[in-house]
Amino acid sequence: MVEYVWPDKKDVSVLGGRHDKVDGAAKCTGTAKYSYDINPDKVLIARVLGCPLAHSKLKSLDLGPAENVKGVVAARAMKNVGDEIQWQGDPVAVVVGQTEGAVAEGLAAIKADYEALDVFVDDENVEAAESAGRAEKAGGKVQLAKEPKGDDPDFEEKEIERLFREAAAVVEGRYGIQAITHMCLEPHGSTCDWKDGKLTAHLSTQNVSGTAGQFASPLKITADDVTVHCDYIGGGFGSKFAVDRWDSMAATLSKELGRPVKLMLDRDLELKNAGSRPSGFVDVKVGANSEGVITIWDSHHWTAGGFGGGGVNQSVVPYVIVPPNYRRRVTNVKINAAPARAWRAPNHPQGCALSQTAIDDVAAKLGMNSYDVFLRNLANVADKDRAAVYAEEMKIAEGLMDWKSKWHPHGKGPKNGSIVSGLGMAIHTWGGGGHPSSCLVKIHPDGGVEAFLASQDLGTGTRTVIAVVLAETLGLPVGAIKVNIGNSKYPTSGPSGGSTTVGGVSESSRRTGLDALAKLFEKVGQKLGVASDALVAKNGRIADKNNPQKSLSWNDACSLLGMTPLEVQGRGAPGRNSKLSGSGVAGVQMAEVDVDRETGVVKMKKMVAVQDMGLVVNRKTAESQIYGALVMGIAYALFEERIMDRKSGAFLNAEIADYRLPRLGDIGQLVVEIYEPDSERARGVVGLGEPPVISPGAAISNAVANALGVRVPILPMTPKRVLDTLKTRSA
Amino acid sequence: MNKPEQRAHGKQGFSRRAFLKGSGAAAATAITGAQGLAAEEQATSVVSGMTTITLTVNGKPQKVEVEPRTTLLEALRYGLNLTGAKPISVDGSSGGSTVFVGGKPASANTVLAIECVGKPIQTAESLEGDPVPAAFVDHDASQCGFCTPGFVMAVKAFVTKHPKATEAEIRQGLNGNLCRCGTYAEIIPAVLDVLKGAGNG
Amino acid sequence: MKAFEYAAPRTEREVLELLAAERGKTEVLAGGTDLVGLMKKMIVTPDRVVSLSRVDSLRSIEADSTSVRIGAMVTLEDLLDNPVSEFFPAVRQAISALGSLQLRSQGTLGGELCQRPRCWYFRAGQGLLAHRGKDVVEGDNRYHAIFGNSGAAKFVCPSRLAPALIALDARVRVIGPGEDDETLMPLEAFFRTPKSEHQREHLLEPNQIVAQVILPHPEGRTSASYEVQHGAGPDYPLVAAAASILTHAGAVVEARIVLGQVAPTPWISREASEAIVGRPVTYESAEAAGEAAASVATPLAHNDYKVQLAKVAVKRSLLLAAGLETGGF
Repeated sequence: MVEYVWPDKKDVSVLGGRHDKVDGAAKCTGTAKYSYDINPDKVLIARVLGCPLAHSKLKSLDLGPAENVKGVVAARAMKNVGDEIQWQGDPVAVVVGQTEGAVAEGLAAIKADYEALDVFVDDENVEAAESAGRAEKAGGKVQLAKEPKGDDPDFEEKEIERLFREAAAVVEGRYGIQAITHMCLEPHGSTCDWKDGKLTAHLSTQNVSGTAGQFASPLKITADDVTVHCDYIGGGFGSKFAVDRWDSMAATLSKELGRPVKLMLDRDLELKNAGSRPSGFVDVKVGANSEGVITIWDSHHWTAGGFGGGGVNQSVVPYVIVPPNYRRRVTNVKINAAPARAWRAPNHPQGCALSQTAIDDVAAKLGMNSYDVFLRNLANVADKDRAAVYAEEMKIAEGLMDWKSKWHPHGKGPKNGSIVSGLGMAIHTWGGGGHPSSCLVKIHPDGGVEAFLASQDLGTGTRTVIAVVLAETLGLPVGAIKVNIGNSKYPTSGPSGGSTTVGGVSESSRRTGLDALAKLFEKVGQKLGVASDALVAKNGRIADKNNPQKSLSWNDACSLLGMTPLEVQGRGAPGRNSKLSGSGVAGVQMAEVDVDRETGVVKMKKMVAVQDMGLVVNRKTAESQIYGALVMGIAYALFEERIMDRKSGAFLNAEIADYRLPRLGDIGQLVVEIYEPDSERARGVVGLGEPPVISPGAAISNAVANALGVRVPILPMTPKRVLDTLKTRSA
Repeated sequence: MNKPEQRAHGKQGFSRRAFLKGSGAAAATAITGAQGLAAEEQATSVVSGMTTITLTVNGKPQKVEVEPRTTLLEALRYGLNLTGAKPISVDGSSGGSTVFVGGKPASANTVLAIECVGKPIQTAESLEGDPVPAAFVDHDASQCGFCTPGFVMAVKAFVTKHPKATEAEIRQGLNGNLCRCGTYAEIIPAVLDVLKGAGNG
Repeated sequence: MKAFEYAAPRTEREVLELLAAERGKTEVLAGGTDLVGLMKKMIVTPDRVVSLSRVDSLRSIEADSTSVRIGAMVTLEDLLDNPVSEFFPAVRQAISALGSLQLRSQGTLGGELCQRPRCWYFRAGQGLLAHRGKDVVEGDNRYHAIFGNSGAAKFVCPSRLAPALIALDARVRVIGPGEDDETLMPLEAFFRTPKSEHQREHLLEPNQIVAQVILPHPEGRTSASYEVQHGAGPDYPLVAAAASILTHAGAVVEARIVLGQVAPTPWISREASEAIVGRPVTYESAEAAGEAAASVATPLAHNDYKVQLAKVAVKRSLLLAAGLETGGF
């Protein structure tokens, strides 16, 4: 009976070490092939025409002029005359041709007429949304510690009023966080190759296993005739789970034209169509006791997730720290923008930014050290199991930041010319349980080992994680394991979203590796005359653990397989009973900034991230996830936002030259500490991708507030917003 | 804090000789500017439509069919199947298509292929075994990897030009490339390692 | 991109022969960093592209005892590497502030001066003036002009070098349309605020090109540029200023102060010059110059913050030109 557990810390050889990505060299020298890079023989290029208006009805569409352009092979409509179009850039037509130039000329030649309809994109302004009929109540919740006596219909109002009256400090504010895009550097799209009734789709996807079926039905074939292939994906961040309309169009065109068709979105259409994170704005009033512990929370937040509504879920406001008394309400604002997509840690970054800024304002109001106020409020952490972890992580972060010696009360720091410095912090949580995953392990008689999973690598190092787990399991070096992912014909593995991949594939590859090893042990046991459960695989040998002299090298052991490779397929079983993976993390981040009061420019000095993730598989790539998340956090805290023209609804900054993002010189010093005591190891592998991207918005906002003594209410904190805030507050 | 830069502007710094020194270097500029041209391109002619040109990529002359409007990036990716340089932005703002043209870093997506006749072109694919990508791997300075070949080329150009760069100069000097996954924190020590390895530590 | 003819002449004369008199028919290709993107977006759709890459006469830097002549095809990085640039710190600082080694290595001096505005309405195909300025006034004008914006043009001149060059009294040599035609004009006169879509943001006719920029010997003047940048990298600064000053007996006797990214042309602030002349450069006097520059600002609905940035940029460029610290980033 195989026991599915991780080895003890003392017995570990490669698990949790620092391993280079097995595909690192291919990525760094440009030999790794992404979907955009696949050029089958005679491939045609297709590009999409986006609607120029934000809200309109298609009145006429003439593709003839495009088809007359030299080098254009075909043009097809993606909308019907009479269709209502809800955002700028929504695909109206597609042109296929021999070269990029011909296709661009073809797109420009298309004649399309639209009837302009009313536009609303002002998500910041809930009052305007209400009067435009674009606001929709989306629920809420009231929780009060005290039970109503009798049936007083005004109890809720009276009780809330009483709690505020009795609070030692009350702060009120309007905070917000603008919508951002995913900005995958490889845009959405695919290279589709139809041959003999079967489709091979080189799709840029986070979901290799789940997309074949989505391609099949519009082509009137079944999923077994589709192969989805994606060895490398140039960024997804939650926006690449589905087969999009333009992907199906590429497949259809390939079928019709009998040639492979590559359709990738242009940068502006990528930003306009293929993924954004909902904005969130809040009116919040918070009461706290004299220790700074929040006693009452009253908020109304509104959020825009595109034309269909939806957005920041009510459950994340207040965030992590949930006081005993709260009332929250949500309004969804419908704007003329493409539907939002899951963006790394859906809901959480906005929830954190809308909530933990208010907690910091309480500290400011009481003249207290923000660290102490956060620490005291840990009493109200929603996940009681994690409360102690936050306290431990705060202590570590405080040391790494040197918080105590750097701290000054809000707005009371020393001035160095026009520069003031500040500190801020925030805390977060995430699930990160593994997804269902199957793994096929082949052990060849010559000792070669292969693994097959229809998983994908978003940049987290999926191949390397699988290789580390199997190397640990089989007692081999990491380089001995050949990992095959990115093909839908391999055993099914879940989509990479929600920090589920490392937990998922670690589960499946560990279990399958152990199952395969048990089979090999049977043969080795017979050969050595040892009970197979007394065998261990380590350092390239299989040995009797009670008598290590009795052993076979890995290759000799494998030769016992005869002519046929040993092939074992297994499935992960994440969940409560698994000892291999778990879920639920905490995480603490601290930020230190310099702000130039004269220009409103904020510069990052330092960020500290302390993060738990259960058991670490590959320390090197795990740290990279945290570093990267901090940079993405700096991006939405200080730089990036989707800018829409209030009048026309146009997405104004949909090119990289206009969509501001941090560069290498903007990040300051980043300090990453993985929190992994034995208690964390015992939880098994927990996903890591999302959690560290949650806190930076609130932490950096709090640092800026600490520096200036006033809150810059809306993220990103651009020089304009900083100066506008300083001007208003001093007026 | 911003320190003033007023070199050559002390009272005694206004030497006519120092001023004239610029001319000497200018001559060198003029010479490097006049790249040797392939014989087929000697005469000034107006080119239109499909035409076959020879591009010398990673040391190897190769024929490729282009139109005047074909960018170097398209010629590399579709014509020569060298896909390390990536189409990320419409212009040079992302650095994703960085290659060397005539020894200088350039965004291949804003260079016409036809302009590159007679100029050596170097792409990330030529850097197999080079210390720059090796340091990137060692520091895990790639995640999704889509921006990485362009970034590697930018670093190669930077360390070649600034072999004694400090960390502060690295932070100031490598901002032409955009990475969405946020690998900057790993790139900085990778560049420092390359510089140390080059015997400049 | 629309299909076009391509020619790479070797002499200035051939260049002029290949250019058409009618606007839009031909385009001049220098480094390509702006033009190629505009052609891809079909904002610019020439029938013929004339490359300057093989015209050696446009690539030299020549100094005599009174001035330095910099060819239009000299790349920004080559100019930075040339020792003569040490005499013009404002130019050096403006080039260094362009945080992309690729763009500096590929982009040329002439191209930098002739690049098209970054106005997002123009770049979306709504015309240089974006419907006679209406789109800008009613739309999102956070990055638009705060000076010289009373006409239809609300965009800002994108050049990062022009303020420094104008502060240093640069002249520009324009050649064409005829093979012997050449005009030498102060760089400030080269730029203009277009009044209609038929005009461009500079005086070049379609069959003229910038051949050289001529910088006089600074003759004791000190100079500096200061850009307010949101972050590192090639993004355009929010506001920039360049100052060139001549000091005698502790007081400024002559000052040229030019703002960038604030008006449809580089914006020479005579108000700032008047405020500083006759005084030593101190934090107070530099601040007064900044206030004076800003006193004639006419911000749009969403760019009032740029007035503050203009004050600071003027102040800091003056402090740097005087060898003082700015007190800020």
